Amino acid sequence: MSAATPGVAISTEKAPKSSVGVLAWMHGQLFSSPINSLLTILSVWLLLVSVPAMIDWLFLSSNLSATTADQCRESTGACWAMIVEKHRIILFGLYPYDEQWRPLIATFLLVGAIILSGWRVLWNMWLLVMWTVVLATVAVFMWGGVFGLTYVENSQWGGLPLTLILSTFGIALAFPLGIVLALGRRSDMPAIKAICVVYIELVRGVPLISLLFMSAVMLPLFLPEGMNIDKLLRAQIAIILFAAAYMAETIRGGLQAIPKGQFEGAESLGLSYWQQMRLIVLPQALKIVIPPLVGLFIALFKDTSLVVIIGIFDLTQAAKVALTDQAWRGFSVEVYIFISAIYFVFCYSMSKYSQSLEKRLATGHER
Amino acid sequence: MADAIIRMKDVNKWFGKFHVLRDINLDVASGERIVVCGPSGSGKSTLIRCINRLEEHQKGQIVVDGTEITNDLRHVEAIRREVGMVFQHFNLFPHLTVLENLTLGPIWVLKTPKAEAEARAMKYLERVRISEQALKFPSQLSGGQQQRVAIARSLCMDPKIMLFDEPTSALDPEMVKEVLDVMIGLAEESGMTMICVTHEMGFARKVADRVIFMDLGEIIEQNTPEAFFDNPQNERTKLFLSQILH
Repeated sequence: MSAATPGVAISTEKAPKSSVGVLAWMHGQLFSSPINSLLTILSVWLLLVSVPAMIDWLFLSSNLSATTADQCRESTGACWAMIVEKHRIILFGLYPYDEQWRPLIATFLLVGAIILSGWRVLWNMWLLVMWTVVLATVAVFMWGGVFGLTYVENSQWGGLPLTLILSTFGIALAFPLGIVLALGRRSDMPAIKAICVVYIELVRGVPLISLLFMSAVMLPLFLPEGMNIDKLLRAQIAIILFAAAYMAETIRGGLQAIPKGQFEGAESLGLSYWQQMRLIVLPQALKIVIPPLVGLFIALFKDTSLVVIIGIFDLTQAAKVALTDQAWRGFSVEVYIFISAIYFVFCYSMSKYSQSLEKRLATGHER
Repeated sequence: MADAIIRMKDVNKWFGKFHVLRDINLDVASGERIVVCGPSGSGKSTLIRCINRLEEHQKGQIVVDGTEITNDLRHVEAIRREVGMVFQHFNLFPHLTVLENLTLGPIWVLKTPKAEAEARAMKYLERVRISEQALKFPSQLSGGQQQRVAIARSLCMDPKIMLFDEPTSALDPEMVKEVLDVMIGLAEESGMTMICVTHEMGFARKVADRVIFMDLGEIIEQNTPEAFFDNPQNERTKLFLSQILH
């Protein structure tokens, strides 16, 4: 209790100011020792040399309006005209050219739904309803075959919408599976525990690429004749199973950080095991592991680019396809900067969101 | 005692090879208030933690309010609904407000409607004189306030029995009294069965019907507070009392 004893005068002297002048700050932070001064001068020189050149290449001398590659080659800067020319194949892959407004709408729908899901006021049953509607609509737009839309096989899907679909489902399904695996690994029941341990260790022990390869090449060998699971679906399942194993270990770390007293407090109220987990343990454990968990989400988002090895045209592979055009050879840097920027926007948004979520969920017991 | 609400018969428990409870026989009458004391490691906490199955006994029989404690989870959960527990370190849920801490059990275990659960929670918060803190998080309260919230949380379940596991041991000295006052009030007004592990001998003298002394996993001596403090029989009891009453 912080209340002062009534009637007693307390000194109200303020703490001394901690801010100092610009020169003093520079002296303290940048030139405090000979080595420090040398490093400062070196860094400033590096910035002076590189930043103007970068700005010149990226913006000042760049060419946005060229209609042919040769026009572009005349300028010394970046050839953004290449992106203007090829943006549709990069964003949508081999999706039929005249129908590409459909994946565009699907992309907006998905991004919109993801943004809305981050809004805490909306965390209720309606979110599930919204997602059901959004996913159904996305499916209709992507596949078509109804409402007068022509049917587009999912082997023709590609680019950004495909990356978004793979990572949205990947995260949304791997997360609950990861929770179940983490709880299972801490279970008192030996069989369940053993299954979870073996699963987690097996999956974590192999690269995602080999899982994708197995799902594409080996799985069909084991399936009965005539039975055929879609290639995209198999890749999606491989991604989910892979990410879940990692998430399970991260979540288990959070579970272990919950003091025994929390379990006992919950038990003494007569809560069942699942109630204890849902109401007491998981809300606290997941909050602790938000930073590493979002790290895994980001990794998963970028790992979806590995599906190229089984011939699925995600954003990265679509960019490579754009680069095969002989007429526009030599501008691969621009294309990779472009898709890097797209990846960055999504990953940085996730990172920022996780920070704000941590702040909003703080209840003051963190140290 | 025919109307014993808790009946422990030849209860034994081991932690690994360590024999922590030895042939415990204890009958607690309904409404009786018992203080358990003894040196550190004597098994007193383990004893009361067996009553709501936070610890499992390996031999003997424990019957609480007519239900025997077995591996059957339904029995365990039924007993936990009847038995409230207050811990040394409070064990409040830090991610929930004080009010949510209190209504969690009633809403999810007793299926009480939310409004009713909140009304009852406020009643008990007033009883422990802390209702103005209802919307704060536990970390914003002092230790004494947190422990009073923990007591109110248990009371919200309308338990027949309350177990206190060293409720004042983790508190700063100036906060011990506010918690003891609440416990004394509870003992005098409610007629609830209470078992309290504590070294607060003033509290024992004031409210206990019986004081139990444990050492090395055994009940060494039990008596009314007057007889226990003024005229201890066993040498180990005398030694213990001389060590804590300086």
